[in-house]
This record gives sequence, C-alpha cells and structure tokens, in this order.
Amino acid sequence: MAINWFKYSAPTTFYGLAGKLIPWFAIPAVILCGISLYIGFAVAPVDAQQGEFYRIIFIHVPASILSMFLYMIMAGYAALGLIFNTRLSSMMASAMAPTGALFAFISLWTGALWGKPMWGAWWVWDARLTSELILLFLYLGFIALHASIDDPRRADRASALLAIVGSVNVPIIYFSVKWWNTLHQGSTIKFSGTSMHIAMQQAMFTMLAACWMYAIVMTLMRVRSIILERERHTKWVTELPEVQQ
Amino acid sequence: MSLDVWMRENPLTYIWLGSYAVAFLVFAVEVAMVIHKRKITLRQVRLMRDAGGEE
Repeated sequence: MAINWFKYSAPTTFYGLAGKLIPWFAIPAVILCGISLYIGFAVAPVDAQQGEFYRIIFIHVPASILSMFLYMIMAGYAALGLIFNTRLSSMMASAMAPTGALFAFISLWTGALWGKPMWGAWWVWDARLTSELILLFLYLGFIALHASIDDPRRADRASALLAIVGSVNVPIIYFSVKWWNTLHQGSTIKFSGTSMHIAMQQAMFTMLAACWMYAIVMTLMRVRSIILERERHTKWVTELPEVQQ
Repeated sequence: MSLDVWMRENPLTYIWLGSYAVAFLVFAVEVAMVIHKRKITLRQVRLMRDAGGEE
C-alpha cells in the first residue's frame, strides 16, 4: 500500500499524526535513559586515567551530538520553508530551536563539570568550546529574532536566513579538534573503530538514542501548539475534540 | 573544604548533582513549559471560538 507522504506536509494532517507519534517516542526515551544510567553507573568500569569523572560523557557526548544535528535539521527545515514557502517546515524549525538550545547548554555545562577535575579549569577559550558556545548563541538568536517579529511568516523568513547562515558553524565545531591544536580531545569513536570499553559504548549510545527520542517528542509537542496557534482562525481547529471540550 | 578537594573525594555525587541532576532538571522544566504552552494555546483557541472567531 502506497502512502502519500506529502499529505503529512500539511499542518491539518500532521497535527493528528504528531499526536499519535508522541507516546511511541516518549516511552522508549524513558526506558532507554534508565538502561543507559544502569549500564553507565553499574556496569561500565572505572576509567584508568579519569577515574569516575569520565561518566559525565554519557550525557555530555549525546547532548553535544544532538545540539549539532538539531541545528542542521532546523536549518534544513528553515531552508525548505524559505524556498518552497511550506508552512509546516517553518513551524518545525521554530519547534526544534528551544530543544537544540537546551542540548547546547547541557553540552557546555557538563563539559565544564568535566573540565574542572580533568583540566583544572571550568572554561578555556578552546576552538571546540568556543564554537559550541557560538552554536548556543545562534539558537538563542534564532529564537529571539523569531519572537521579535509579529507577523509569523516574516519571522519565519528572517529567522530562516539566520539559521542557514549559522549552519556553517556546525562543521567548524566538528572539525575544530582536527583543524586546530585544541585542549579538547579528538573523536574517540571513528568509522575505523574505537578504543572504548564495550559497556561505555553501550551506555553512551543508549543515552544518545534516548536523547533523540526526547528531542523528537519535544519537537512534536511544541509543533502541535504552534499549529494550533497559527491555525486558530480555521474551522478544522475549532472542530478538534480537545478544543470542543 | 574547597570544591576541588570535595569533588575528588565524592566524584559520583559531583557527577550526579552537577551533570545528571542539572540535565534532568532542564528536561523537566522544558516538558513542563511545553505542556503549559499547550494548555494556554488551547484556552486561547476556545476563547476565540466562544467569541465568534474575533480577536
């Protein structure tokens, strides 16, 4: 049976689909988070050099990865909205920005918590840290710019430009540890393999999956509110069961 | 006792309180804000419907 995916690019149909998808991502997010914490703290061994402090990576690395991926997806949606004038794409970009900003904040915060015992400093103006801080500012700029313009369609276009221009920062974050001599360590996990203990990998990848599920849930929940807000003049919104109550 | 000494004597407490508790608090605040926003939006839509679609 062929599914007409374009049907779900309309806010009218996507609203219902998003509502149905939320529990399918929310429940696995909680379960995977619990599994990750169990493996990370009860199974994974103590690191020979870093002791217990390395366990911060189980939240730090997934938060950092999510902050970068969410920005690229957000910029992609914003570009789609700008080029094809699709309403839902711009709504998705707006819905993703706060979650991406929070992941960037958690990445910086947990990085500082790790840096203090390992480097002896909460913060250094290292290329990786600084570019991640710029990513947080780009998210905040996107949110602030969107909120400062009353007309939603104009706000979408203006903030889309910022998102697209800002996306150049994401490869800079990723390659900063290769391009410059940074204090921040290079990638531990590469396509060629990794030296990490298997339990450490399991804890980290399980938390990464949990964070992905969480980000999807938050985006879907937020986009439903945005759709309701923007489509409030339409008949289909007033006929929704939750509005009828 | 300085923070440097305390964190080295209690690394797991430092990790839990500093990283995981803060991260989960951030997630909880975000979830609460999104739920609150939905409630407010639904209330606005109902008010507009009751007012006959006029803002």
